[in-house]
Amino acid sequence: MSDKIIQITEMNKWFGDFQVLKNINLEVEKNKKIVVCGPSGSGKSTLIRCINRLEEHQEGSIIVDGNELTADTKDIEKIRAEVGMVFQQFNLFPHLSILDNCTLAPIWVKKMPKKDAEDLAIQHLEKVQIADQANKYPGQLSGGQQQRCAIARALCMEPKIMLFDEPTSALDPEMIKEVLDAMVNLAKAGMTMIVVTHEMGFAKEVADEVIFMDEGMIVEKADTKEFFANPKSDRTKLFLSQIL
Amino acid sequence: MNKLNFLQPDKNNLNNYLYTGTILVALSIFIVFLNSFFNKDLISFLPGTLSFFLPLILGFIGLHLIRIEYSGLKFLDSINKHINTNNFNAFLSLLIVFVVIKSLPPLLSWFILDANIAGDSKDVCTGTGACWTYIKIWFNRFMYGMYPNAEQWRINLSFIALAFLGTIGFFATEKFKKYLTLYYVVIYPVIAFFFIFFFISGGPIFFDFSYGIIAAVISIIIGFFIPSKFKMYYFIIVPITLYILLKYVFFYEELIELGKLEALEWVETGAWGGLSLTFIVSFFCLIFCFPIGLFLSLGRRSDFPIIKYFSIGMIEFWRGVPLITVLFMSSVMFPMFLPEDMFIDKLVRVIIAISLFEAAYVAEVIRGGLQALPRGQYDAAKSLGMGYWKMHILVILPQALKLVIPGIANTFLALVKDTPLIFVVGLLEIVGMLNLAKTNPEWLGFAMEGYVFASVLFFIICYAMSKYSYNLEQKYKTER
Repeated sequence: MSDKIIQITEMNKWFGDFQVLKNINLEVEKNKKIVVCGPSGSGKSTLIRCINRLEEHQEGSIIVDGNELTADTKDIEKIRAEVGMVFQQFNLFPHLSILDNCTLAPIWVKKMPKKDAEDLAIQHLEKVQIADQANKYPGQLSGGQQQRCAIARALCMEPKIMLFDEPTSALDPEMIKEVLDAMVNLAKAGMTMIVVTHEMGFAKEVADEVIFMDEGMIVEKADTKEFFANPKSDRTKLFLSQIL
Repeated sequence: MNKLNFLQPDKNNLNNYLYTGTILVALSIFIVFLNSFFNKDLISFLPGTLSFFLPLILGFIGLHLIRIEYSGLKFLDSINKHINTNNFNAFLSLLIVFVVIKSLPPLLSWFILDANIAGDSKDVCTGTGACWTYIKIWFNRFMYGMYPNAEQWRINLSFIALAFLGTIGFFATEKFKKYLTLYYVVIYPVIAFFFIFFFISGGPIFFDFSYGIIAAVISIIIGFFIPSKFKMYYFIIVPITLYILLKYVFFYEELIELGKLEALEWVETGAWGGLSLTFIVSFFCLIFCFPIGLFLSLGRRSDFPIIKYFSIGMIEFWRGVPLITVLFMSSVMFPMFLPEDMFIDKLVRVIIAISLFEAAYVAEVIRGGLQALPRGQYDAAKSLGMGYWKMHILVILPQALKLVIPGIANTFLALVKDTPLIFVVGLLEIVGMLNLAKTNPEWLGFAMEGYVFASVLFFIICYAMSKYSYNLEQKYKTER
């Protein structure tokens, strides 16, 4: 039981009258890499935004690292600090340098001394190979560099789980590779990851499980090999035939 | 040799076109210049209408002739690019040059040549120009209002001290840089407040101020040796204790015996005035309206209904009422709601009223900046574990405020220029003093000089502010 770091049971979510997520059940074990795929509007992004409560769910329960997310959760910030997130639009802070982007949260949220935070940031920036850009501002970097910086920024909080919300969708094809490389390295280092992506190559390479969503429901959930070799539902087959 | 085509000048006969054109333009300007400065009309032999428009026509043709693209001459190209791009622009450029030349002589003569500044009574002003003697004689009043002459050093000293304390930021060493925000946001306004309301106002209350300053200085000096763990408590407890000790134990009795309590003459705020009052009112309103506006703008976006509707109510109320009404209410209506024995100074009431009024505008300007930020910035800050305040102070506000610097500057400039309205409650800042001076029987008929003087002062103040805001914009520009 103890190695189940995320447990979602019977979760439903509505935007107004529109039900975006229907009866979601999902368990993620520690150090597992999950890829979530599906057509746009299928609720993938909403699902992972619910996991660190950027969106609120109305029914069911989400338990992250032993803490249930509810409206009463007092220290939601603490849970969020343990869940790193990387966004489609990078969302770096444009008024801060790359280094400051990475040290901001460790210094102010974790109360880390500035020196330590900077060492940590440089260490993570080196891992994603942009340590030489540390003193530039986000606006001076390419999309791929910005996204790698966003990954480093999330890692600086030393999270237990990393969520990726279509991290490569806003990038040029050439830059996709450098971001995916960074993610593959992260996966190999043993991070628990949930990745919403259309990069099936990435899924095949690192994912332990693939989840296929459509119309707010989890249509199929299977081991990676099984998922690609032998999809069960017709919807999944159709999707795979279009995307591969 | 190519044929000259005067309808379409080209590069081949560059020099011919250039010389003809330049001579025509120079001639036209020369005619207007002679006419305006020396009253000589070279072309008076021509019929009236023609002689009036001839310079314009000559200059227009001249500019047409020198309009040659890519001539290779840097100066010519830059003229053509900036003031001579087409016939219409050439016409406008000429017109502006002529208007400037035409209007220079009368302006010069009014401001300088025929103006008087010597002497000290109205009688010296015999010329047709301005009477700067009037400004000279009334200068003191325009600066300090009815403040007693002998005590004006207190205003000067306060302003110099505050200006000095305000520039401390430039000299701060790296070690103290991180305290600068705290200093400017909290400490400086408090010092300024005490300076102005206790030092300029004087009276027995001044001693409270001195005790406060002494207590603060001593506790800050000792504060450097206190471990940071206890600093929080230290800075709350020690200054207050010191203050009480100073006031009630060490000095108070002695001073009463020595009869020194009235050392600084008390000057009631009704006597303050002139430019110094403009500065005082603007300064405090700027300082107060900004944080209030900031909180209102955040409040308006709050999830808590009480805070949200309170903020909306405040903003809409203060925006919906004319400033002059607000000032009137603050001085006439407000005291009626206070208990008998409670008294709040008129100037304080006015400053509070203007601050609240402008805060509503500032709030809406800041809200504009907040709305311009993409939702992703909020998401990113939240996902890093920041709570509401950390998110706003570290991520949202620095960006939003940077976006709205022009809007804030706009509001602040309007505020400075609104200060003359405090005349409705009987406070006479510089424009109020002008209005008073111009009705003085000794000095009737010099309203013009007064208003020109005030306009120049206001222009200098406002232009400095706008330049400063522009500098801030450039300084905090990090995108691209």
